[in-house]
Amino acid sequence: MARAFTPKVITANHLIEGDVIYLTAADTWSRDLAEAELITDEAHAQLRLLDAQSQPATVVGAYLADATSGANGPEPTHFREEFRRTGPSNYAHGKQEVLANV
Amino acid sequence: MTVIITDTGFGPDTWTLGYEGDTALDLPSDTDPVQLSERLAAQVQMIRIAFPSFADGRGFTIARHLRLSGYKGHLRATGHLIADQYAMARRSGFDDVEISDELAARQPENQWLARANWQQNDYQARMRGGSPAAA
Amino acid sequence: MYKYNDFDTAFLAERNAQFRAQVERRIDGSLTEDEFKPLRLMNGLYLQLHAYMLRVAIPYGSLNSAQMNTLALLAEKWDKGYGHFTTRQNIQYNWPKLSDVPDMLDALAEVGMHAIQTSGNTIRNVTADHFAGAAADEIEDPRPIAELIRQWSTDHPEFQFMGRKFKIAVGGAAKDRAVLKAHDLAVRVVQNDAGETGYQILIGGGLGRTPMIGKVINDFVPRADLLPYIEAVVSVWNQIGRRDNKYKARIKITVHEHGIDHIRARVDARFALIRPTFLGADQELFSEIKVHFSPPKFRTGSTTPYDTAYKTDPVFRAWADTNLADHRVSDHAIVTISIKKHGATPGDASAEQMRVMATLAADYGYDELRISHEQNVILPHVHKSDLPAIHAKLKQHGLGTANIGLISDIIACPGMDYCALATARSIPVAEQIATRFDDLKLEHDIGHLQIKISGCINACGHHHVGHIGILGLDRAGVENYQITLGGDATWSAAVGERAGPGFAYDEIVPAVERIVDAYLSVRDTAEETFLETYRRVGMSPFKAALYPEAIKKVA
Ligand code: HEM
Ligand code: SF4
Repeated sequence: MARAFTPKVITANHLIEGDVIYLTAADTWSRDLAEAELITDEAHAQLRLLDAQSQPATVVGAYLADATSGANGPEPTHFREEFRRTGPSNYAHGKQEVLANV
Repeated sequence: MTVIITDTGFGPDTWTLGYEGDTALDLPSDTDPVQLSERLAAQVQMIRIAFPSFADGRGFTIARHLRLSGYKGHLRATGHLIADQYAMARRSGFDDVEISDELAARQPENQWLARANWQQNDYQARMRGGSPAAA
Repeated sequence: MYKYNDFDTAFLAERNAQFRAQVERRIDGSLTEDEFKPLRLMNGLYLQLHAYMLRVAIPYGSLNSAQMNTLALLAEKWDKGYGHFTTRQNIQYNWPKLSDVPDMLDALAEVGMHAIQTSGNTIRNVTADHFAGAAADEIEDPRPIAELIRQWSTDHPEFQFMGRKFKIAVGGAAKDRAVLKAHDLAVRVVQNDAGETGYQILIGGGLGRTPMIGKVINDFVPRADLLPYIEAVVSVWNQIGRRDNKYKARIKITVHEHGIDHIRARVDARFALIRPTFLGADQELFSEIKVHFSPPKFRTGSTTPYDTAYKTDPVFRAWADTNLADHRVSDHAIVTISIKKHGATPGDASAEQMRVMATLAADYGYDELRISHEQNVILPHVHKSDLPAIHAKLKQHGLGTANIGLISDIIACPGMDYCALATARSIPVAEQIATRFDDLKLEHDIGHLQIKISGCINACGHHHVGHIGILGLDRAGVENYQITLGGDATWSAAVGERAGPGFAYDEIVPAVERIVDAYLSVRDTAEETFLETYRRVGMSPFKAALYPEAIKKVA
């Protein structure tokens, strides 16, 4: 039996900066998971992934990551994606640092 | 169509005898050069070694092995090689590199010519004394 | 210390120019990401979870103060003010931008450093005994031969696109401090019955998914045959090693599948072809290189300041007892600076700490520093009278921790905090274990005990050869930690045995504590180390301590 499709976001690393980015519904890349397009349809997900992969001058390694809908937008379901959207746990670096400086 | 790359840049293929007869060998990258010696009859003038992917570097070892075993004919690397590998190919004993027109369009002549200086800055030549490793 | 000659300098300038052009060609589309990736990797550049990561080589772990200061400069100018020393005698920067990396490489080149072949399917940065040139038990300094191998392997045209990475380590002492038996190829300086110096060669060691202990392929390779012999080994493997499955591509699998005798026969045949291409230039080069590594003129003088401090200052004494090792000159010592402050990230040093260590090396240590595979920094030659001053300075900068070889001197890989391949975190586990045993004030009583932690099966943290090994896994989306016991990273190398089911993130520190309690209660004497005890009593007392419920169920 095929497994039911679970919601996804498209994420990648930025080619120059190397940091984590997410594809938004407006076809832009955001550094904030909450702004990502939450994709609930499998066929649409594949199309969006092709869109993302056709931008090699901007992004590296685009893939579909599991996510769920939260109060302020998509949220991760796996701890790996939680680290990617936050930063490492030994220093307040990465996205958490940027957020702290806002 | 394909492009042949030498130290002077892009050029046409001047090998006209094809790879069917007994003057040429067309070898896949998983060839065991040790078992090749008996096929290396005197009339073989051209050996072409396939690079199915630029990540498959076995062809460099095959070329080197052929040279070390005394093969003096033409050696050609063909397939998916990138400009950055030109120096490696030459240093391993290849005479030239053959790539598709499509790849040649993406990696134009100047990117390959940038490596025509393969005889310089060569740790291997320096280690052994004398000419480059494969000579 | 090796000093670059004109050839090395010109080579590096050309190489860095090539990389700068490769970055531009990636950005303009001439190179696809698939094509660019191996090129950036062979220049030490990874893409990790949050950013790029640049891995800079510290060949055979040796550097001088100017080089250490440049490492500090890179940390400050292009990173976040720190660097991570690794088990392979490299330093990693976790936050560079792609567009800055060519400049970072140029800055390194100014002090004769690079990031070449610190990653990728090539011959990697050559590692060596971190006490090289200083240890009392040394037959010969392994660094000249390691430098010769570095030059030979650099940009080797045949070996840049192999089936997998190839790691070489060199040792020259009675004790193995370079984990020789866990390397694809290990070179051990030995003497034959005729009193000639040559090399014993081991191949097929490696950790990762299928840990294997290296096997001897040749007991004695004469000096002048070394490079052609290594070249024959790598050439044979490059040709017959598997390419269909990357987990079976390392030479350990080739040796396992073909058998060491078959490999030896092939290597001998290839060697016969290759040997005549070496006309002796390598041996001349070797003689030149050796001069660079001549020992410094060791100063003499009274050791009274040391003796006094040792008698009167218990903090100094504790540090001296754990962090000093015997030097081959009796009034000198080898200082290991702990980069394992309790509760801090193992192997991370700030730019300021790097500068402090550089200054200490310049002022007291004949301008020499070493990086150990245990992720610590070493001052290999220090006159004993200078030790109190050095210790005082180290303490001021968070570098005075007295824990070398103890339970808090943990090797930990970056794990899920940074690594794109990780299945769990390693750093916080290391931090918590160190903090816990520091609170218990037990670690000096426990004695020599090595904990090694990896965040996935790739085993970058050497967990298989830890006395206690911890492997972080992802079990259905939750971090889970497997424990192995009895691993050994020395000449008596052994792969640890799995203790049983894994532990959750918040259970792993208590589990380690139970193992240690069990050890303390079953050891014969305070002198019997954890590993000795384990070898005597086996797994069962530790299993009982780890899984008390299981015992209850049976009872
Ligand atoms: C953070 C990025 C890193 C990545 C992506 C990475 C990747 C890998 C991979 C894929 C392997 C397994 C290779 C194989 O089995 O064929 C491996 C092994 C290894 N790595 Fe790393 N590594 C990283 C960091 C480190 C660090 C920080 C160290 C040192 C602390 C290190 C040292 C080693 C060692 C010692 C091995 C095992 C030796 C062996 O494979 O035989 N790596 N690494
Ligand atoms: S062991 Fe795994 S998690 Fe740790 S650094 Fe290596 S690849 Fe990453």
